[in-house]
Amino acid sequence: MKKYIIGAAIALIFLIYSIALRSQHTRLILPSSSKAGSGNSSTGSNAVTASKPSKVKYKDGHFVGSVANAYYGNVQVAVDISNGKIKNVNFIQAPSDNPNSSYINQQAKPYLAQEAIQAQSSNVQVITGATFSSEAFIQSLTSALNKAK
Amino acid sequence: MKKTKIIMGMPITVEVLDSIKATEMESVFEYFRKIDRKFSTYKKNSEISRINRGLSKDQWSEETKEVFNLSEQTKLQTGGYFNIENKGIIDPSGLVKGWSIHNASKILLELGYSNFYIEAGGDIEIHGYRNKRLPWDVGIRNPFNVNEIIKVLRLTNRGVATSGSYIRGEHIYNPIKNRTANDVASLTVIATNIYDADRFATAAYAMGQEGINFIEGLKGMEGYMVSYDKLATYTSGFKELIAN
Repeated sequence: MKKYIIGAAIALIFLIYSIALRSQHTRLILPSSSKAGSGNSSTGSNAVTASKPSKVKYKDGHFVGSVANAYYGNVQVAVDISNGKIKNVNFIQAPSDNPNSSYINQQAKPYLAQEAIQAQSSNVQVITGATFSSEAFIQSLTSALNKAK
Repeated sequence: MKKTKIIMGMPITVEVLDSIKATEMESVFEYFRKIDRKFSTYKKNSEISRINRGLSKDQWSEETKEVFNLSEQTKLQTGGYFNIENKGIIDPSGLVKGWSIHNASKILLELGYSNFYIEAGGDIEIHGYRNKRLPWDVGIRNPFNVNEIIKVLRLTNRGVATSGSYIRGEHIYNPIKNRTANDVASLTVIATNIYDADRFATAAYAMGQEGINFIEGLKGMEGYMVSYDKLATYTSGFKELIAN
């Protein structure tokens, strides 16, 4: 049973993760068609195949997941369940939330230059950008969903 | 030949210009799987998990000792901003990512390939050329719009790493501690290899706005920092790496 829940959670996570990357909102509203944990892989092309459908009924409420370490800091999510379905997932902590970041030095920057960012042609072979392991999401959300059982 | 697999919870892409045997390509992915088995904090029986449960030092593998030595060295080089220990838990993934991409690149070089790149979760090591004498074009992703590129770099024999977050810290409710948000959206570092680019990008990102100054002071490294006011600050040699 636990395996199925984790499988469904993984499918869900990839959906959430891809939405997170696209919408850049800290508050993620899931499509109403996606049934939390019921595993009916209605997550479209972003989904990783869940092992098997499982009937999990979650308790309604707000559940906070464990803190999981991603590459550049911690990830922690909270999940809201309503009528046994996931209504939304909030990030409580994300990697930019770094305790060291309050260190700001007012030292002069004589060699540095500045510009406004501007969209460029996307004709490139490879792209650099911040990502972090989806394992951190999986760990935190799985623990939140476990509390909702 | 270009191939992508998900290992360590992230997509890893290898593109080799010249024709390469499938088994040789697979050996690169197998290396990442081996590193994941050893250093994943998500795997209960990985060596790093056993170390966190108290595995004595004399039982550590040579690879682990190397990672610990490199982490210690990096900690000193970054004034303590790079630290694999957090609240008593050791997690070297911030170093292992770049280090393993660099080592995987060495596998391809030893097999005789000289025109390729390896990208793992947005961090890249580039070798040679993509087409005759044309260097590889590397885009820097817009931290405010993941479908957009804000800079194109033309690189050969370089490592590129970006640290950052798509979620702004100050908008996140933190019940544990009221922390100052990092006002840096992303910081890209270009070095002669991905090992250096990754570890210094990680440390410099943790410094906030000061991070780009730190990169400016490092020999052979350039940086491009994007702030939440949508302004980019870049180091003195950065312009030479731009495609147009």
